Amino acid sequence: MSLSSRHLLGLQGVPKEDIQLILDTASTFREILERPIKRVPTLQGKTIVNLFYENSTRTRISFELAEKRLSADSVNFSIGQSSVSKGETLKDTIKNIEAMKVDIVVVRHSAAGVPNFLSRICSSNIINAGDGIHEHPTQALLDMYSIREKFGKLAGLKVCIVGDVAHSRVALSNIFGLKTIGAQVSVCGPSTMIPKFIEELGVNVIHNIDEAIQENDVLNVLRIQLERKAREYFPSIREYANYFGITSERLEKNGKDILILHPGPINRGVELSSEVADGLNQVILQQVTNGVAVRMAVLYLLGTLN
Amino acid sequence: MKALITNCSIVHPGQKLNEKNKDIFLVDGVIKQIGNLSTSISADKVIDLKGNYVVPGFFDMHVHLREPGREDEETIATGCNSAAFGGFTGIACMPNTEPAIDSAEVVKFVKEKAADHLVDVFPVAAATVGRKGEVLSPIAELYEAGVVGLSDDGTVIKTASILKRAFEYVQMYNLPIIEHCEDESLSGGAMNESINSTLLGLPPIPSIAEDLIVMRDIIVAEYTKGQIHIAHISTRRAIQLVREAKAKGIRVTSEVAPHHFTLTDDSLKTYDTNYKMNPPLRTNADIDEIILGLKDGTIDCIACDHAPHSFEEKEAEFEYAPYGIIGLETSVGLSLSELLHKKILSLEQLVEKLSINPRKILNQSIPQFKEGEIANFTFLNIDEVWTVDISKFKSKSKNSPFDKRLLTGKAIGVVNNKKMLFGGEFIDL
Ligand SMILES: [Zn+2]
Repeated sequence: MSLSSRHLLGLQGVPKEDIQLILDTASTFREILERPIKRVPTLQGKTIVNLFYENSTRTRISFELAEKRLSADSVNFSIGQSSVSKGETLKDTIKNIEAMKVDIVVVRHSAAGVPNFLSRICSSNIINAGDGIHEHPTQALLDMYSIREKFGKLAGLKVCIVGDVAHSRVALSNIFGLKTIGAQVSVCGPSTMIPKFIEELGVNVIHNIDEAIQENDVLNVLRIQLERKAREYFPSIREYANYFGITSERLEKNGKDILILHPGPINRGVELSSEVADGLNQVILQQVTNGVAVRMAVLYLLGTLN
Repeated sequence: MKALITNCSIVHPGQKLNEKNKDIFLVDGVIKQIGNLSTSISADKVIDLKGNYVVPGFFDMHVHLREPGREDEETIATGCNSAAFGGFTGIACMPNTEPAIDSAEVVKFVKEKAADHLVDVFPVAAATVGRKGEVLSPIAELYEAGVVGLSDDGTVIKTASILKRAFEYVQMYNLPIIEHCEDESLSGGAMNESINSTLLGLPPIPSIAEDLIVMRDIIVAEYTKGQIHIAHISTRRAIQLVREAKAKGIRVTSEVAPHHFTLTDDSLKTYDTNYKMNPPLRTNADIDEIILGLKDGTIDCIACDHAPHSFEEKEAEFEYAPYGIIGLETSVGLSLSELLHKKILSLEQLVEKLSINPRKILNQSIPQFKEGEIANFTFLNIDEVWTVDISKFKSKSKNSPFDKRLLTGKAIGVVNNKKMLFGGEFIDL
């Protein structure tokens, strides 16, 4: 079994079989991560570049660890916005990197479509580690892995993505992946934070958080960006917390067991109350390990494709 | 030189001409005789058009030449060559150069650079100094220097107040104001707001950014009795607004670019920056309205918004790449393929939109098929099937989304200013 594409640019259009293969492979690696010797020689001799145009320590460390566990040689390029403005174009940078005989490029960029662009101009396998507000496929695969771990399945489950869906790269990837695998997806947030025309993707839109809690098996809670730009989309953080924040009171009213996912770091008292955040600690730690397993799976499947 | 062009099909809707098998005899670039002449006349040069069309020379009223300032992208000379090979004998060039065309000196510079060419270049000047929207340009001086219109194109004329003043001032000179309609508080995105912008995660430009300014400008034009021309109209609502305004007798005209009736924002799926322009590619519903507008005359002319950009600048992150594509060498082919052959416009209507109406809007005389007139023609083979090849473009830039596209119909030559371009060569007449 192998993947049908040589890149992972996003989850849009990725077939069910590929998603299942990645999740199943991740399970195997998850077991390896529990062993005393966590390293396998699978990608020995392969060179992987982590090209990060945006600071994202969590994602980068997760990829780096996955690469080490697979015995690949990895190189980090962290390029701040300052050096972009100094004149070297993205194309120059990637051509220089490719000259080093690179097998896989993991790229993170604030502009949507950069992984697609790289896949056109260079011959390495490209993995999207987050592009603008477009996609973040490995994060979504990790979310799906964690859901499957808890419920033993994905098809037929009801998953709601809560928060600033319009400015989230995680939301779109989750929607594509979950829909493909047969889950029911809804989104919940202030209407200014719901992407235009999202219903056309077969996604249900709700604006009432209690309803979202009641109707779903899983809440995937997005981090609210607290900087000024994001805050133009709602009147105040207080109002957001009051109307869309998840509190233990709200959860208790519902009664049934619901899985809450959060990509971290949590804004306590905003999207999750402190109490709910504390209760989530264990799950979040598990998600970190799951993230490494999922990224190992993606790297392994692409790295052994040729 | 005596030149005989034989076997022409002459079409000129302004003169109500549609005649086959005619010969045109030129002496030193001036029409001497039109009729069935071939046997009776001896000429230095005989060109057999084999039944192809001769129409009044095409005119594109929205072209960005990058000189002065960005000669690496386009010069006046390369832009004129691109126009001639695309089938145009006249172009109006937009003022967003560096420096902007906002003084008589820059107008003079442009005119001098274009002086010896087959293609006539008509500068459009900035409406406000530096296109900043603060102070009116020296409009009287610019008029005297020979500009044909005013525009802050590239951006909108910033405020209703400076727009109103510009309308009031240009009344003395009967110049149109050509507006790039884009509300700045809603602008800055990379593509049309639609399901596609959601799917691609690209910052959107909602269609109302255009609609709002079209509405503002129509109202200000009505109030001041000014003449407003809406550049590169692209949205359904904007076209409806122009239609309503025309019915009321307000002096409003509009143009559409071939890419806006050919492509939709579905084309952006590969993040190819050759599909990034401003206004952005819209939806099928907008194209339907454009077609209606072309048919009923709401849209007066076709202008390609030729916008050369260097390969390096276009080959970048989609959000950071500049807006715009070149169009002079595909405009006629796209218009014939998409409008004539799809039976949306007749050849006469197409000639109106590509030759007669833009000249009327800019108060320029219309070429006539009459003895004693300067020959100003475009030759059309409406049935030739050809493949666009950007490597053969005369433009200095190659940023076109139409490379390798199969088109039906093209301009096969032009005549103007005692020069002819035919068979790929310029000939002095
Ligand atoms: Zn414009």
